[in-house]
Amino acid sequence: MSYTTPDLEYQISLKIRVDALNADYIHAIDDDRLEEWPNFFTSDGEYSVSTRENYDLDLPICLIQCKGTGMFRDRISALRQANIFEPHTYCHTISALQITGDSDGVLKTKANFSIIRTMSEGEMMIFAAGRYLDKIVETDGKLLFSERRVILESRRIDTLLVIPI
Amino acid sequence: MDTIDSNSPSDFVWPCEDTSQVPFRVYTDEDLYALEQKRIFQGSVWNFLCLDCEIPKPGDYKTTYAGDTPIIVVRDENGAVNAMVNRCAHKGSLVCYKPRGNVKELTCVYHNWVYDLQGGLKAVAFRRGVGGKGGLSEEFDDRNHGLRTLRVEVFRGLIFGTFSEKTEPVSDYLGMELVAAVDRVLIKPLKVLGYYSQIFKNNWKLYVENNKDSYHASLLHVFHNTFGVVRPTMGGGIKISDSGWHHLSYTERTDISDKEIGKEKVRSKQDTYRLEDAALMEHKPELGDKVTNNIQTVFPTLVIQQILNCLAVRQLIPRGVHESELIWTILGFEDDDAEMTQHRIATNNLVGPAGFISMEDGAVGAWVQRAAKSDGEALTVMPMGGRAIEPSQGSRVTEAAVRGFWKGWRECMGI
Repeated sequence: MSYTTPDLEYQISLKIRVDALNADYIHAIDDDRLEEWPNFFTSDGEYSVSTRENYDLDLPICLIQCKGTGMFRDRISALRQANIFEPHTYCHTISALQITGDSDGVLKTKANFSIIRTMSEGEMMIFAAGRYLDKIVETDGKLLFSERRVILESRRIDTLLVIPI
Repeated sequence: MDTIDSNSPSDFVWPCEDTSQVPFRVYTDEDLYALEQKRIFQGSVWNFLCLDCEIPKPGDYKTTYAGDTPIIVVRDENGAVNAMVNRCAHKGSLVCYKPRGNVKELTCVYHNWVYDLQGGLKAVAFRRGVGGKGGLSEEFDDRNHGLRTLRVEVFRGLIFGTFSEKTEPVSDYLGMELVAAVDRVLIKPLKVLGYYSQIFKNNWKLYVENNKDSYHASLLHVFHNTFGVVRPTMGGGIKISDSGWHHLSYTERTDISDKEIGKEKVRSKQDTYRLEDAALMEHKPELGDKVTNNIQTVFPTLVIQQILNCLAVRQLIPRGVHESELIWTILGFEDDDAEMTQHRIATNNLVGPAGFISMEDGAVGAWVQRAAKSDGEALTVMPMGGRAIEPSQGSRVTEAAVRGFWKGWRECMGI
């Protein structure tokens, strides 16, 4: 597949498929079907959350880094069983999908997101906004992330970050 | 017990004999907050400002805070580190409004007043006016209109600043034992691996107490217990400076501690929890001992952290009486190879706002803040390990270091 082909129909269908992947991803999180979260990644997939400050300064540290299915599952099992936090939910909004590369079977995409967080007493806030920088591959007819880098606009996390972005 | 019934901090009377109890009011009182800025942060303490390695070249600057006062830290032409309040002597605007940069001089963009890298006033725009009219009078003396400067000491790569002429050198401020603790961790030139911060919906002192409270670590943070970073039965202890102001809590991995784990009564769900991929819990000893967890506080608001191979300094900034911001600077050594850097990134999953073993610290302070504000006269009680402020060998089940913090707070505040 090649996104750079002049085939408009191909480009449109690819964009629709990536849009659907992103929509499935954010709804799984927002609907608290977090056990499905690791399934959006390849078995050796990588997920990280960093900040625009680190990204711009080319600093490697992340708030979260998962490599391989085990670490993804650990994030969710810890959330369910080990970590202590006040109940809250996310409402993700995702927009401005851009396909930035398409070669050797790896699709590079970029999209903006924002998250409104709601606490159990009803307090709402813009918890995060930023960019998804993704690498997507097709496995058995299904699109999966081989890499999802979350770049937060702000260095600040309010209270704690436990539900994946 | 005295009753606190006045809104004026000058009438504030400490309601207990010692610091084993604290009135909730200290977390919620606006007047006390303002007084803390004057008497603690702008008083005789050493405020941690930033790291030496963050401003390596002449002209490099970084903006930071001492309490809630904005500060510029800059390396001058001679390589010396200077710090000044980030506030123009003219109208009070921020002089540096970017987080970092490299400059030849410090210029306030509002009216183009220019300062040298020592903070002295160098030039004023339209000093002679225009066409012989306006401008400054002859009496105006530049020497009286520099930026307010701080005394600076660079200690083991950490840059500290104080507003006081009298404060002793940093090594005396910390005391010999806690100097040795800094030397244990900061053994080589450092490099910054990254930054992030965490907003606490609580008064700054609740987070300081949380760090000095080694009693909570194995109880609140399930991961500590489950993965043997910190368990009550592990070796280690608490060191407290003679002043009581600073502390070190450390834990050593020992063979005995693994056998003892079954005897501890802790939250039941902890016993069954396991990680599928435990690579991030691997400890590559690099400091010449088996210490897995080393949390050192420097009064008032610095934490130096070694958790396994995750090194960091945490700087706490008060953001009003009900809020604070913790800036994490994650560190490696300059000579780390790519594999070690990746290992530190993996280990960093344990700490920070998303850290397996530390995220709860973001929540508990806010819970105290919310519950405490309705009754300022009520008191906390901190009886663990008696009422004294003394070190403890072999046990971290003590609140001695928290009591030490309150001793420091009272001494600075004159309360």
